[in-house]
Amino acid sequence: MGMTTVSQPVAEGRQIPGESGVWVFFFGDMVIFLIFFVAYLVHRAGAPELFAQSSQELGLAMGVANTLVLLSSSLLVVLGLGAVRREGRSVAVGAFRGAMACGVLFVVLKAFEYTHIASGTTGLDLNAFFSWYFVLTGVHLVHVLIGLGVLGLMVSRARQSGDGAEKRMMVIESGACFWHLVDLLWMLIFPLLYLVA
Amino acid sequence: MKAKPTTRLFSLIESRAGIVWIVLVVLTIANPVLGIEGHLAGSTGVHLLGVAILTIAVVKVRFVGLDFMELRKAPVPMRLMFEAYCLILWVVLTACFLWL
Repeated sequence: MGMTTVSQPVAEGRQIPGESGVWVFFFGDMVIFLIFFVAYLVHRAGAPELFAQSSQELGLAMGVANTLVLLSSSLLVVLGLGAVRREGRSVAVGAFRGAMACGVLFVVLKAFEYTHIASGTTGLDLNAFFSWYFVLTGVHLVHVLIGLGVLGLMVSRARQSGDGAEKRMMVIESGACFWHLVDLLWMLIFPLLYLVA
Repeated sequence: MKAKPTTRLFSLIESRAGIVWIVLVVLTIANPVLGIEGHLAGSTGVHLLGVAILTIAVVKVRFVGLDFMELRKAPVPMRLMFEAYCLILWVVLTACFLWL
């Protein structure tokens, strides 16, 4: 029996992607990050010059590279999910593994950037801006690491066949949405830290 | 006769998700260009470019939600929740950026 989408039908032509329960967590996470962003902008208002000067010490190219890597991983997850729905297991596994590789690359780039800042080569003390930088990117990095585990689970489910196809699809769809959430949050962290500080 | 997996992959890339990805990449590259311009601009220019950067960021978030997370095809209340989040996000971030 081939895999088919099992998104929960609610109305004709409209479906909740993945498990409906995980969306409570997703929306909650998005709201928490919004509160983080507001607190960050409040602190920035107290020392705009410090934030602007410190922000320019971050490598813009690194921020762009991080963004492009995550966007590419998201596209691979979309391709993988589509392949699972079309019963193309090998393509799906390849796409999810590709997304994992992108995730690992993101972590490596972030580690390089952390080392660069922590080693003091920026010539600046770890001021309020960099405290926020580490909080926002650190919490996001935890999401990336969890996401890598989720992608691993998606690879294992995509390789399976036989009974339980609906449950497997639910795991894969929910996991895909979590990885996109990781991408979505970075779409906000990147401009706030690297561009408008 | 079924299409080869690679054929399916390419057809998927050519679908909406692929186009959205290209748009997101272009917006990602446009954002730093605006940021650099902002460093060079005067006070008013900095504010306008800051709002432009935040607007692009929220547009990107909306694309990721609607097209990658498939919320475009989600039940109306769920989609409205996400649209409301994007709107609140834009209003709150630009207000904090401009008036704090």
